[in-house]
Amino acid sequence: MYMLIVGGGKVGWNLARELIERGHEVTVVESNRGRYATVEEELGHSVQAGDGSELWVLERAGIERADMVIAVTGDDEDNILIAQVGREKYGVERIIARCNNPRNFQHFELLGVKPVVSATDLILRLIEHEVPKYGPLHLLDLHQERLEIIELDVDEASPAAGSRVEDVGLPDGALVISILRDGAGFVPTGESVIDAGDEVLLVLDPNLEESVTGYFTSAAGTRAA
Amino acid sequence: MFVLIVGCGRVGSAVAKTMLSDGHDVSVIDEDPEAIALLEKGQDRSWEELGGSFTVGTALEIDALLEAGIERADAFVASTDGDNTNLVIAQVAQRRFEVPKVVVRVLDPARAKWYRDQGLSTICPTQAAIELLEEAVRGGDRQEAA
Repeated sequence: MYMLIVGGGKVGWNLARELIERGHEVTVVESNRGRYATVEEELGHSVQAGDGSELWVLERAGIERADMVIAVTGDDEDNILIAQVGREKYGVERIIARCNNPRNFQHFELLGVKPVVSATDLILRLIEHEVPKYGPLHLLDLHQERLEIIELDVDEASPAAGSRVEDVGLPDGALVISILRDGAGFVPTGESVIDAGDEVLLVLDPNLEESVTGYFTSAAGTRAA
Repeated sequence: MFVLIVGCGRVGSAVAKTMLSDGHDVSVIDEDPEAIALLEKGQDRSWEELGGSFTVGTALEIDALLEAGIERADAFVASTDGDNTNLVIAQVAQRRFEVPKVVVRVLDPARAKWYRDQGLSTICPTQAAIELLEEAVRGGDRQEAA
């Protein structure tokens, strides 16, 4: 595949190296002259100097025949623009954009840029995963499908601990899809019993998160709001 | 009319002053708190005393846009020094806040043209300069011929 990477910073450079190793044809576009020289020493003609949000620079780099455009500059507005013209003007089917500031994610979404990768967001998710009692962990938001998947730790004093799944009384729109126990997971039936210390995965309609969390945490154990 | 202007440089500040003296409500956003000086240059009163408002914030901050009153804006002018910033916030103003009139300054003629074709009201000073210069050169020809 021909992959066009805009932004030759740490992300773009390392990505280019990995993709070249896997046999892809890659061009990196980098606007900073000094940075370009550094990357060029290793990647040679796979790097071009230029402002990747200028259309002629993208055209010179062959965006019209690119199978994928990866916008990973340090500026979110640049990444949004590159992704937008890549898809809408040049008809590139696969686009990946980097979101540097998670607060800008809404702009990517509004302008139809996806998928969006945010290192800050990934690290936040890892922190949520590593720090217990932080509340439900968002594993996946399926915006278009209007569903979300969350993970919860089952507290000893919670209504769910010791109950069968069907007796927990979860509201409509919430479904336990997996129970993780002793390092293994299984898909429960209505008769499966939830134990304290289990981790449960649920798929939810939007806005049910708060009410569902109450079934798996104890009143005393709830985190400070 | 309530006019929101993002980017208070030479262009943004001049448009803001004209709109205010035309009797419109004008709100200006800039990331530099000192930029208000451009609005007050040559005035005997402060920008606020003249009836304008000024918010410090970066263009992509929704909170700053809300504080500056984007929800009740009749017109939105994107005039920061970044083409891409202008193009993104103009689309945010148009699609998310449904501001009736959105005008965006884009220095690069190629991007200005493509986004204009997509329905955005882009103003390209570079293209205007090119056309004026060409016209001036042609005008010179005619004078000599005449």
